[in-house]
Amino acid sequence: MTNSIIEVKDLEHSFGDVKAVDKVSFTVEEGEIFSFLGPNGAGKSTTINVLTTQLPCQAGTARVCGFDVRTDRQSVKKSIGIVFQDEVLDRDMTVRETLEFHGRIYSMPRSVRLAREKELLELVELEQKVDVRTKHLSGGMKRRLEIARGLMTRPRVLFLDEPTIGLDPQTRLRIWDYIKSINEEGTTIFLTTHYMDEADRLSDRIEIIDHGKIIVSGTAESLKNTLGKDMIYLETEDDDKAVEIARAIPEVFQAKRTSKGLELILNTDGSKVMPTVLRSIEDVGIEILSVKMKKPSLDDVFVHYTGREIRDGPAENGLPKLRRR
Amino acid sequence: MTMGKEFLTIYWREMIRFVRFKGQLFAALVQPALWLLLFGVAMTSNFNSDAIPMPSFPGAVSVDYLTFMAAGVMAMTALFTCLFGGMGLLFDKNWGIMKEMLASPMRSYHIQIGVGLGGVTKSLIQVGLIMGFGLVLGVEFFSGFSAVQTLGAVLGILAFVTAFSAGFIFLSAGLAMRVESMESVQAIMTLLTMPLMFSSNALYSTSSFPQWLQVISSVNPLTYLVNGIRYFALGDDFAAMGTHYQYTGDDIVLSFAVLIVFTGLAFVFSWQAFRNAKVK
Repeated sequence: MTNSIIEVKDLEHSFGDVKAVDKVSFTVEEGEIFSFLGPNGAGKSTTINVLTTQLPCQAGTARVCGFDVRTDRQSVKKSIGIVFQDEVLDRDMTVRETLEFHGRIYSMPRSVRLAREKELLELVELEQKVDVRTKHLSGGMKRRLEIARGLMTRPRVLFLDEPTIGLDPQTRLRIWDYIKSINEEGTTIFLTTHYMDEADRLSDRIEIIDHGKIIVSGTAESLKNTLGKDMIYLETEDDDKAVEIARAIPEVFQAKRTSKGLELILNTDGSKVMPTVLRSIEDVGIEILSVKMKKPSLDDVFVHYTGREIRDGPAENGLPKLRRR
Repeated sequence: MTMGKEFLTIYWREMIRFVRFKGQLFAALVQPALWLLLFGVAMTSNFNSDAIPMPSFPGAVSVDYLTFMAAGVMAMTALFTCLFGGMGLLFDKNWGIMKEMLASPMRSYHIQIGVGLGGVTKSLIQVGLIMGFGLVLGVEFFSGFSAVQTLGAVLGILAFVTAFSAGFIFLSAGLAMRVESMESVQAIMTLLTMPLMFSSNALYSTSSFPQWLQVISSVNPLTYLVNGIRYFALGDDFAAMGTHYQYTGDDIVLSFAVLIVFTGLAFVFSWQAFRNAKVK
């Protein structure tokens, strides 16, 4: 047997008639940072809730730290740490009380508790705030406190559900540093996020889930490589016809229609192929409205595989995506 | 299965919050104090003005209205404190750390027991303070009692308040775990408090109630708590507002038994609510 710390096989979960998770299988290896990505409603939270025993395991199997989430909930609960997506803090307890409460409900002995509190407050740099009530902390400090709390019991896996949601860029960078240093100390990290840069920066491995099914998985590099070397985005007067023409060009590895235009995946240097592409389309009398070339990012991977922009409508309307809170 | 000590942690948090919200504590004490001070003193001066002749009962200790209603106000203090004592759980559910507690290996009955202990403690403290305030105002409790008798009487009152408070804190906690919104809980509470208060013997005698109201009064736990407090504070034979009260030992044992049964039912009600507690 491998040393997989999380093993999920054919996991299914329905809410009434709606199948939120549909035969999902994956593993997480000990010591890695694993990212679970997907659009809203893809099944991320449901999966995380089953793995943390907050939802029952309806079908399939899931083992966390070697314990079956169906039959050994208590052992699973004891061996994991969770940072919830929403703020889960008592606004009127102090920083120290928050950690102390957590340690006590997990039955940690007093001496271990106190030592751990000191250590973690140093790690997340909240030593100056021990006696401050949590309602007086900034958003980033609250998040850091929640991360410290998740680590109180020295869990083997830490579940982080959208850890940097709603935080400013500097704070996000700091949270990333904490996540990395926690991981370097040996804690396996299970991360869900909407932010592709976050997943790209942190994860050893990524799974993308949509409509309750795993669509693609691999390292950030390997996922980006599936989109070739360069990508060209085009908007034309007649996208349907243009896509046919683009497909006929040998250097174009793959061409597809998106809600906004065309997406071309190239296996060679895009700057050399671009003139050919433009010429071929214009030659048949289709006017080109815009052109953009770029290296594939994880965002492109995400859009490519989930078609998120199709479901959420065109991005030009400027409406931000609704965040589930 | 051995019972862990985690409920003490829940209790610890309840008590931190109790002493931290001084404004709330103050407000909780002001209401019963005002009942005693305004309603009690006003009514007493009315009844004592000789305008209404009161029959006298030979052999019975005659007590004034303030002393009579002080027992009722103490009981109402316990009622209000506990009925609203479970509300914190609703806050925890919607904006607080219920998720953390339910995700932990701690069994959920620890929350129930911790909150229950907290509610009883708060109730005892507040009832004690109101009783002290009443004595200062001139409530004639324990008159003619020796020191040992007074101590026994106080312990008896505390036992009744404990049994009653445990019942209502479990009821309140069970409700808070079952309903979703603050509004619905407040509606339920408001709906409960008025009839509980006015169908009981807290502020007046129930002996001239019409039959149907007497039936309601006899299933009202508040009535039994007031019985207990009056028995221990005023003795087994006294008269107030023209009504002669006589309690036997059996009456008091029965009253206590009713409270224990009520608390048992409320415990089961909240036990089930906690067992089915889920994260939203």
